[in-house]
Amino acid sequence: MTQAMFIQHLLNSLTLGSLYALIAIGYTMVYGILRLINFAHSEIFMLGAYFVYWGLTLVHLPWPLALALSILVTAGLGVIIDQIAYRPLRDAPRISALISAIGVSFFLQNVAIVFFQAIPREVYRPSWLEDPILLGEVRLLPLTLFVPALSFLLMLGLIYVVYRTKAGLGMRAISKDIETSYLMGVPVNRIIALTFGIGSALAAASGIMWALRYPQLQPIMGVIPGFKAFIAAVFGGIGSIHGAVVGGVMLGFIEIMTVAFFPELAGYRDAFAFVLLIFILLFKPTGLLGVKPEDKV
Amino acid sequence: MRRIFALCLIMLMAFAGKAFAADDTVRIGVFLPLTGQNAFGGQLELEGVQMAFKEVGTILGKKIELFVVDNKSDKVESANAVKRLIDKEKVHAIIGTYGSSLAMAGGEVSEKAGIPQVGTSCTNPLVTQGKKYIFRVCFIDPYQGAGAATYAFKSLGLKKAALLVDVANDYSVGLANYFKKSFGKLGGEIVTTLNYQSGDQDFTAQLTKIISLKPDVLFIPSYFAEGAIIMKQAQELGATFKIMGGDAMDNPKITEIGGKAVEGFVHTTFPYDPSMKDMNPMAKKFTEDWKKIHPGKDPNVNAALGYDAYMIILDAITRAGKVEPEAITKALAETKGFVGVTGATTINASHDAEKPVGLVLIKDGKKTYVGDITPDL
Repeated sequence: MTQAMFIQHLLNSLTLGSLYALIAIGYTMVYGILRLINFAHSEIFMLGAYFVYWGLTLVHLPWPLALALSILVTAGLGVIIDQIAYRPLRDAPRISALISAIGVSFFLQNVAIVFFQAIPREVYRPSWLEDPILLGEVRLLPLTLFVPALSFLLMLGLIYVVYRTKAGLGMRAISKDIETSYLMGVPVNRIIALTFGIGSALAAASGIMWALRYPQLQPIMGVIPGFKAFIAAVFGGIGSIHGAVVGGVMLGFIEIMTVAFFPELAGYRDAFAFVLLIFILLFKPTGLLGVKPEDKV
Repeated sequence: MRRIFALCLIMLMAFAGKAFAADDTVRIGVFLPLTGQNAFGGQLELEGVQMAFKEVGTILGKKIELFVVDNKSDKVESANAVKRLIDKEKVHAIIGTYGSSLAMAGGEVSEKAGIPQVGTSCTNPLVTQGKKYIFRVCFIDPYQGAGAATYAFKSLGLKKAALLVDVANDYSVGLANYFKKSFGKLGGEIVTTLNYQSGDQDFTAQLTKIISLKPDVLFIPSYFAEGAIIMKQAQELGATFKIMGGDAMDNPKITEIGGKAVEGFVHTTFPYDPSMKDMNPMAKKFTEDWKKIHPGKDPNVNAALGYDAYMIILDAITRAGKVEPEAITKALAETKGFVGVTGATTINASHDAEKPVGLVLIKDGKKTYVGDITPDL
C-alpha cells in the first residue's frame, strides 16, 4: 500500500467515522438521560434529510435556511413523538417504552414510504462541497473537514448544556432518579421534552450531513446508519457523550481499514461491526468510556 | 333472531364463494417491488403492465382482472406475495418480477401451485432452471455478461477490468461471474473483484483500492440506486477508468440522480430505448402511447418488458383457447416469434427469451442507444 493510498483510506475513515459519531451523539444523549434506546432516531435522521430536500426543491429556500428550518421542524417532531409515544409510558416498565420506540420507528418509515415514495431522490449539494481538494494523489473532500469539526462542536455544546446549565442539571437529576426529581420540583416533563427536542435536532443534523456525503434520499436510509451509530454508542459506552464520538470514529476506522487491508473480506464489513457489538457486550458491557451503573438500593 | 342472522351470514358466504369460483373473468396477478431498494424498476414495470391492460382488457370474450401485490424488494415478502395471488386471488397467470432473487423466491411458490409465471427483467439463469411453470421475456445473464465483456474488450479496446459486486444479490454475483468468464476468454485481465452488501452507502474503501490498481474498466453489476452512488464516489476519488454496468442500471432517472458522475457510463440492456433510432412498429406505438399517458416522463426498457410480459400471456391464452393454467403454460412454452416492444421473442427450451443485447451510453447528460451486440460466447 502506498503512502498516498493509506492517507486516502485514513481520510475516508475519518469522514465515515465522524458521521457515525454525529448520529451516535443523539442516540447516547437520550439514552444517558432517560435510559431509553430511541429506535426512532434513525427515522428522525431520515426525516431531517427529507425536510431539507423539500425545503430546497419545493419552496426553493437557500441552503442555510432550509437547514435551519429542517432542524427546527424535526426538533418539534421529536417533542411530539415524546408526547404521543413515550410520555404515557413514563411509569410503565422500561421495556414498554422501548417497544413503543420500535413501533414509532416502523410507523415513520412506512409513512415515509407512502408519502415520499420509495424512489430515491438526489440531493443537490452546494458546489463548494462537491469539488475535492487535491493534495498530491490524495483527494480531500471539504466535507471530510466539515463533519468532524461539526461533530466535535456539537459534542462540546452538548456537554456544556448537560453539565453547565440549569436544564442540564435537571437532565442529570432525571437520569439519576426520576421520582425524586418530581419531588424536588424539577419540571420533569418539560426537561424530557427538551431532551427529545435536542436529540431530534442532532438526528436531523446528522441526517443532513449524511445526505451531503451520500447524496441520495430513501425512506429506509436511516436504518443501517442508525444500527451502526447504535453500535458506535455502545462501543464508546452508551450514555457517554465523548464515548459516542470516540466509538463512532473508531467504528469508521475499523470498517474502512478492514476493507483496505483485507479487500477479500469487503462484503462482510457490516458483519464486522455487529461482531464487534457482540464482543463489547460480552467483555466490556459498559463500553470504552462508559461508567458502571451504580446499583440502586 | 340471532339464528336467522347466522343463517343469512352462512348463505351470504356460500354465495360469495360461488361467485368467487365462477369462471367468467381472466385473473392475472402481478408481483413487483413497488417499495424498497428495487422500487425504481418495479414501478416502471407496473406502469408498463397497466398500459397493456388498459389497451387490451378482454380476451376470449372474457373480462381481464389485474391483481397487483407489492413484494417490497424482499425475498420473503416476494414468496408471500405470490402465495396471496394464488390462494386468495385465484389467479390464472402471474407477471413478475424485477430482481432475480425476488423472482426465485416467488417462482418456488408458483411452481408448486402449477400457475404459469412470466418474469419481466429477472436475468439470472437459475430463475427458470428446472422449472416447468416459470418463463421470462428477457435474456439471461451469461448472454448479457458476454455482451458487456465483448463490447468492453473488442469495441472499446479495454484490457484490464475490475469488478465491484453486491454479494447479497444473486443477480449481481451471477452477472459478475459471467462477465469475468467472457472477459478472460477474450484475453482480458481481471485485476480485482471486490464486494459490498445491498444497502451499503460507503464504497470509498473499495474504490480507493480499485483506483490504485489502475484498471481500464470497472464493471458494476449493481442496481441503479447503488450504482449512482458508486459512480459519484468514484468521481470524488478521482477515478478515470470507464465504468460499465448491466440492465439493472437502466432507468430514465439515471442522469438526474447521477449528475455528471454518470457521464460516459455504458450499460447493457434489452433491445429497447426511447432514444433508439430504428424501432419496430410495436416499439414506436408503445413509445408514443406512453408519452400520451405519462407526459414529461420517458419510458424505459422495464416498462417495455412489463408491457411485453402482459401481452405474451394474452398471446398464450389466445393460442390455448381456454383460461386454464396448465393450457396457458403449454402455450407459453410454444411461443415463437412473438413481436413485442423489445423485439421478436421466442421462448427457448430453458423458458428464456432470445434477443440481442442492447447498449446504452450516457452522453451529454442523456441516455443514448448505441446499438446492439451479438456476444462472443
